[in-house]
Amino acid sequence: MTLAQSRSYRVIGTRPVRHDGVDKVTGRAQYGADVRLPGMLYGCVVRSPYPHARLRAIDTSRAAAHPGVKAVITGADMPAIDTNAVADLGEGAIELKFASLLIMARDKVVFRGQPVAAVAAVSPQAAAEAARLVEVDYEPLPVVTDALAAMEPGSPRVHDDLYTVVPGGSRRDSPSNIALHVQYERGDVEAGFAGADVVVEREFRTAMVHQGYIEPQNATAAWEPGGRLTVWTSTQGAFSVRQQLSDLLQIPVGRIKVVPMEIGGGFGGKIQVYLEPLAALLSRKAGRPVKMWMSRAEVFTATGPGPATYIRLKMGVTRTGDLTAAAMRLVYDAGAFPGSPVGSACITGLSPYRIPHFRIDGFDVVTNKPRVQAYRAPGAPPAAFAVETVLDELAEAIGMDPIELRLRNAAAEGDRMTNGVAFNRIGFKEVLVAAKNHPHYRAPLPPGATGRGVAAGFWMNGRGTSTVHLTFNPDGTVNLIEGSTDIGGSRASLAMIVAEELGLDAHDVKPVVADTDSVGHTDVTGGSRVTYSTGVACHRAALDAIAQLKPRAAQLLDANPGDVEFGGGEFWVSSEPRRRIGIKEVIAKLGKTGGPIVARGVSRGLAMAPGFGVHIADVRVDPETGKVDVVRYTAVQDAGKAIHPTYVEGQLQGGAAQGVGLALFEEYVFEDGILRNPSFLDYRMPTALDLPMIDTVIVEVPASDGPYGVRGVGEVPIVPPAAAIANAIYRAAGVRLRQLPMTPENVWRALAGRDAALPSTPKAAPDAAMAATKERRAEPPGTSG
Amino acid sequence: MDPFDYAAPSSLDEAIRLLAEADGAARPLAGGTDLIPQLSEGRRRARLVVDVKNIPELRQLRFHPAEGLTIGAAVTCAELAESPVVRQLYPAVADACSLIGSVLIQHRASLGGNLANAAPSADGVPPLIVHRAAVRIAGPDGVREMPVEDVCVGPGMTALAPGELIVAFRISPPPEATSSCYVRFTPRQEMDIAVAGAAAAVTVDPSTGLCRTAVIALSAVAPTPVRAPEAEAYLAGKPLTDPHLEAAARLAVRSAQPISDVRASADYRRHLVTVVTRRALLGARNRLAADGRHGTSPGAAGPKEGLSGVAEGGR
Repeated sequence: MTLAQSRSYRVIGTRPVRHDGVDKVTGRAQYGADVRLPGMLYGCVVRSPYPHARLRAIDTSRAAAHPGVKAVITGADMPAIDTNAVADLGEGAIELKFASLLIMARDKVVFRGQPVAAVAAVSPQAAAEAARLVEVDYEPLPVVTDALAAMEPGSPRVHDDLYTVVPGGSRRDSPSNIALHVQYERGDVEAGFAGADVVVEREFRTAMVHQGYIEPQNATAAWEPGGRLTVWTSTQGAFSVRQQLSDLLQIPVGRIKVVPMEIGGGFGGKIQVYLEPLAALLSRKAGRPVKMWMSRAEVFTATGPGPATYIRLKMGVTRTGDLTAAAMRLVYDAGAFPGSPVGSACITGLSPYRIPHFRIDGFDVVTNKPRVQAYRAPGAPPAAFAVETVLDELAEAIGMDPIELRLRNAAAEGDRMTNGVAFNRIGFKEVLVAAKNHPHYRAPLPPGATGRGVAAGFWMNGRGTSTVHLTFNPDGTVNLIEGSTDIGGSRASLAMIVAEELGLDAHDVKPVVADTDSVGHTDVTGGSRVTYSTGVACHRAALDAIAQLKPRAAQLLDANPGDVEFGGGEFWVSSEPRRRIGIKEVIAKLGKTGGPIVARGVSRGLAMAPGFGVHIADVRVDPETGKVDVVRYTAVQDAGKAIHPTYVEGQLQGGAAQGVGLALFEEYVFEDGILRNPSFLDYRMPTALDLPMIDTVIVEVPASDGPYGVRGVGEVPIVPPAAAIANAIYRAAGVRLRQLPMTPENVWRALAGRDAALPSTPKAAPDAAMAATKERRAEPPGTSG
Repeated sequence: MDPFDYAAPSSLDEAIRLLAEADGAARPLAGGTDLIPQLSEGRRRARLVVDVKNIPELRQLRFHPAEGLTIGAAVTCAELAESPVVRQLYPAVADACSLIGSVLIQHRASLGGNLANAAPSADGVPPLIVHRAAVRIAGPDGVREMPVEDVCVGPGMTALAPGELIVAFRISPPPEATSSCYVRFTPRQEMDIAVAGAAAAVTVDPSTGLCRTAVIALSAVAPTPVRAPEAEAYLAGKPLTDPHLEAAARLAVRSAQPISDVRASADYRRHLVTVVTRRALLGARNRLAADGRHGTSPGAAGPKEGLSGVAEGGR
């Protein structure tokens, strides 16, 4: 990347106002809730009050007879799917038959809030009233909500037809709640531990947490009589929605158009469809457009949070600070259907470090809870919480600075990840050095019971496919037509890439997020892939534009196209550099030089561009109440190349803020499978007053691929906070917290030596520890409607 | 949300008539910060919502040196938190009003609504109790008055009869050398609900410095806000030293009957009672000490000027 490093930029690295900013701050931006169509109906979902029950009968006759009701649907209206086909969601996957049941139950319900019917009526009130008239005969079944309990042979079975996929890919022949066992192994683990001077083994638990996007899920569907379906929705990926609708409703993609509205946050949670298929079926039945949206309680109970996890981790280190071995067992709770991100956790947790001997066992386990979905660096935060906390203990045990220990063992280009894939160029060491040299790391601690902690985080970063078209206007401006939902300021960064290459200002390029009929295939906005992958497509489209504009410029310059060069927004004749013309003029005169042109760029199969971050947290612990205040915070991260530094900083701050949330506040509280806190009042996300100013440092180690060395930045910053804060709490108060969230009550119990909530740390092998959990059964079967 | 009718009467008589005619199916609306979410989530139902913000008696905020403070039931928490007389003479009330919900909520929420909602965790109620506030209630049978302390009878339940409306609070001028403080514990800094809270008002004998009376009321640790009589009795006649405040705080736990719920365990709430009670007592004591004069009554020279102009009725 010598080119990228030596090149200086006009637009890239500057901070123009985002293209969608004014519309968003003035309320003009159009979200899904703003969609209004003539004759539109309103849909309402009937949801199961039971976390696990057989559906004996559903009677919709009273609902259908209710005034204003135009359509009622049940699971019988969904096409039955009996293949084992898998829907790739871009950031996770789900078997189609399970996706269908997630959207509408058929023979039984497996989590509270699962849809069992839906109603469309002329008003939201009429729909809600009719929904209450749907009569469902449930036969409650025993409930299991803890993943460890669900792994036990005698536990209630969530699905009768689920068989564990074991390492190697075969399926066990008796049904189980364990959907998948992943295993990665290298070297000789026992020999590795034998070679260590210090071995630490700990248990960790983390709670189910929600992405907490502001905008609830919504969908408006219009099923035209000719069989054409249009859906307006809030999604991270319009093409993914189109594919899911095609798969679930079994209609060709060519008959479906998905219009992505502005999105009020997603963080991975807005890839899976929920309302879209129901609105479509209701629209088909009623012959009118149908709009649906979720209440906040529905968002919490019936969309996909991040998983609850149990992790047992053993690591060994020599007195000189060389990691010798690791054994890690991860149990990730997928909720009602298989598909937790345990696979990525098995990679992200230990790959940042060179560990000669390791064994990792990951389990994807189903329970009677909402089915999890991607949440910002899916799977990585719990794994990092374990790894980075144990590393802190090891550093303390051998008397080494915690950043120094990480530096000594940090992976670099050529080192293999736990899955065997070798890293290309990565900036982990550079990030560690930047953190170590940051004034925050050296500053004296503020007075009081205060401690400082550090932790690192890693995310592979996505790549995928993106398509971009450029069209050109007579005033010299350019339309950038792309398919990436703008969640984190990508309109601005993508327009900047086009502007950079064409020698235009960022605001000469007008980014348009197009519907699925109007742009080529583009994967979801997820995996921190957009600025990288759609950015490469933009770069290629810009180069295509220059190639097409060159002959036009030659015409205007009265030169041979082969003699025309381009740079800095101007075409010139190479032999006579003074004969030149600006690109805007060439664009403006396209009509006179042969008519319009369309430029295009596609990215696919790019090399990976992994991201690393290191966070430093200072905390104050109230010894009386256990309340932890984060008083100073610094996030250091490798961005490869920051296209728009403000939005890189925003991602670092936003990720850290969510990380503080899952570290200190956020958790789903279940009682017999019933979520007890489905509101922002009792599902506590940090407010602005709960966070300090989050300082950011952008390190730029160019990625191996792409014209600028861009790395995605959105996901890494949620990975380190929990361990950074736990390590800071230890230094402030002398207790190690190994359970998230570290609420005031949990910290108080730890401080008081009360062990009610915290796992003990017996000297036992992981398997023995698992055996010891056998007594921890689910609550006796029972439901309370 | 089910549909409902809306009325915004400008007189108390009209409001009482509307409420009475609805035969229990009407709810008064002040700021709506509790009522509207309850209606939209189906936790309460109403055929008629009577907006009381246009009724002068519910919007008055008046102080009279002899009669004391009158707070209209619909006066917003923000108005109270900013009122000089409330801040000087009834600081626990100002404390609560400045931490309920968030700044946005404080500009709509009222103490009348806070009391009528009767949440065990209501921040506005313990400060009124420790200042021995009375509440004026109007209904079809006329007007009556009762101590705030007696209004809440259970979670979400009050001693108000159907059709009755809270009009105003009346608080006597505090005795000389009195101050107060309200402290609550929440995991978040704002937009949160008390896990445990305590209001304390202390009056000292200016000549001896000994505690004459202490009144302590707790929130979120019983079905209703509760007094802590053993702690109060302990402090009477004692100097307000740290050890005595700590001892009183420990006695306050005896008055708590907390439950375990999604917000905290009963154990933790009991522990927090000692913490918030001690901190409330310390806050009240330190305010007295900061006053220096040991005289915050309206008869004292200092605050008088600041009070004369305070009669902020209506909008």
